[in-house]
Amino acid sequence: MDNPTETNTAFPDENGRFGEFGGRYVAETLMPPILELEKAYEEAKADPTFQEELDYFLTHYVGRPSPLYFAERLTEDTGGAKIYFKRDELNHTGAHKINNCMGQLLLAKRMGKKRIIAETGAGQHGVATATVAARLGMECIVYMGAVDIVRQKPNVFRMRLLGAEVRAVHSGTATLKDAMNEALRDWVTNVGDTFYCIGTVAGPHPYPAMVRDFQAVIGREAKQQILEAEGRLPDAAVACIGGGSNAMGLFHEFVPHKEVRLIGVEAAGKGVKSGLHAASLTGGTPGILHGNRTYLLQDEHGQIADAHSISAGLDYPGIGPEHSYLHDIGRAEYVSATDDEALHWFQTCARLEGILPALEPSHALPRTVDLAKELGKDGLIIMNMCGRGDKDVFTIADALGEHISEGTEG
Amino acid sequence: MTHRIDQTFAARKAKGQAAFVAYMMAGDPDRTVSQAFLNALPEAGVDIIELGMPFTDPMADGPVIENAGIRARESGTTLTSILEMAAEFRKTNDTTPIIVMGYANPLHHMGYAKFTAAAKAAGVDGAIIVDLPPEEDSELRTAFETHDLALIRLATPTTDAERLPKVVAGTKGFVYYVSMTGITGASFAQAGSVTEQVTRVRAASNLPVVVGFGVKTPERAREVAKDADGVVVGTAIVKTLHEDGPDAALALIRTLAEAVHTPRGG
Ligand SMILES: Cc1ncc(COP(=O)(O)O)c(C=O)c1O
Repeated sequence: MDNPTETNTAFPDENGRFGEFGGRYVAETLMPPILELEKAYEEAKADPTFQEELDYFLTHYVGRPSPLYFAERLTEDTGGAKIYFKRDELNHTGAHKINNCMGQLLLAKRMGKKRIIAETGAGQHGVATATVAARLGMECIVYMGAVDIVRQKPNVFRMRLLGAEVRAVHSGTATLKDAMNEALRDWVTNVGDTFYCIGTVAGPHPYPAMVRDFQAVIGREAKQQILEAEGRLPDAAVACIGGGSNAMGLFHEFVPHKEVRLIGVEAAGKGVKSGLHAASLTGGTPGILHGNRTYLLQDEHGQIADAHSISAGLDYPGIGPEHSYLHDIGRAEYVSATDDEALHWFQTCARLEGILPALEPSHALPRTVDLAKELGKDGLIIMNMCGRGDKDVFTIADALGEHISEGTEG
Repeated sequence: MTHRIDQTFAARKAKGQAAFVAYMMAGDPDRTVSQAFLNALPEAGVDIIELGMPFTDPMADGPVIENAGIRARESGTTLTSILEMAAEFRKTNDTTPIIVMGYANPLHHMGYAKFTAAAKAAGVDGAIIVDLPPEEDSELRTAFETHDLALIRLATPTTDAERLPKVVAGTKGFVYYVSMTGITGASFAQAGSVTEQVTRVRAASNLPVVVGFGVKTPERAREVAKDADGVVVGTAIVKTLHEDGPDAALALIRTLAEAVHTPRGG
């Protein structure tokens, strides 16, 4: 298809629906601010000065464009398709999350909101929000599950250094979903002056579309870069999925190009059959949580089930509604990788490529390698290397049975 | 049935009184205690019962109700057991309305049509589903209308003049006015400020206006009852039941009911 923008901006519809997914399932108190946000976002999107300001920061502050890198030794080791990494782990703060924070906080500034709240799992979105808030001179409060605070210590300290207040959330499973509940409670309480910067393509409309749009820079760059490097589009684009923002960011540009397979990798934890996983599409059913209708992990009574993953950033029982839609219409494929696979490929990637991937994209590696074998030497794959692994060194040391000091940073 | 709700407000209004609406979490701490507590409410002065349905992710609730929900789920509470409790209550009481209150996902999971039929059969009169704003409630509302059940919508301080008519247009039974921006259990922001807010809702709707969120003491309940057609107390009851047991909670309810029922004197 020659005009990508035609089909991939058709969704969501005016009610925030991607087919039967998405929507705005929030308390009445939040409806007016959500409608206000939607209006402000639409205006900003149409305003060239907003785009210019965002581009300026993406270039000079975030460090875009990120390279598209040929992972030569991994490719040789696999003996199949050429594997490229889209290196969003080289962004300022070490993950793709800042693309979205930059956009949302510039929007907050435009709306005159000075108090920023965010939820975080791995801490990458929290760090990115705290970073941009510091740069723009805004107050920043980050909600983080108590369990995640323990497993992502370096990021907690980083957020504090950046001047953010990190609030521990002890309710429920004390992970990402509970942090999101708490952030929503804060927003309901402080609607007047507060901007809620959601870290993934979930939440009520307009968040899934807005976060996707801010992350879509990944796929736009990647498409141009692969055309320059290889003279053709890839056979597949692969990304890990927590809520699905790095994946939507990579996929969006390619959605209309039907010849490009889109593959999302969910966290299978200890295995999808074990019940201890975070694979909402592979092992869930449609339901309503955090403002949207999407695939969820839930029990037979419609209570949300606990997600399990070694990766705090993937430990979420839902998935962005657009992924649910792409899944149901068969445009994207969703597979999964276990904790053990992620750990294995983390180490392999470190040794073969000299890149410590975050535990999240470590999940995308095994499925990328499988696919490379399946496609053979003529194949071409882009995998989103969406974050770096510095934040995960304690978790990985633990899992490998090694003891490293926890008192110092990184 | 909207009819039980209408009659309740009409009866109180005839006496120059507001109605007392009490919230309890179904199944907290267990089915037996909870059923006995539910059955005892009308006699303690409760006019309308809000029966809470637990959910893992109660994003509009504070810790008191969230923890009650956790206890309820741990004691095996499900939509089915909640409707059984309602049916049990109806064996001895055919006048006090029961409004179930909770979040959309458990209903969505059961299926809106199936839930509606079961709720009707159990003698439930209506529902408040916190995360179904007018933009998302048409499917459940249609099901409710075919069974003459009231889907009660919430109006809040952020519901502006443009939006308010749309919110109240689709509501049945009464309008629930959330008197502050915040979660359940938070303290009342500005005491004395409901007059204006209730007047604003009244201007948009002919239905009774019930005020909830942040009412904890008999003094506050009496003050709100001067303006509102009904006053809701939730967190204070749930907290007392948990910390001091059913007798203490019923004693609190009696003083709250008395305060709410203080005649307005025209
Ligand atoms: C590096 C990295 N990748 C992926 C994720 C998962 O989020 P998403 O699926 O929205 O990209 C996170 C979340 O914290 C992350 O830090």
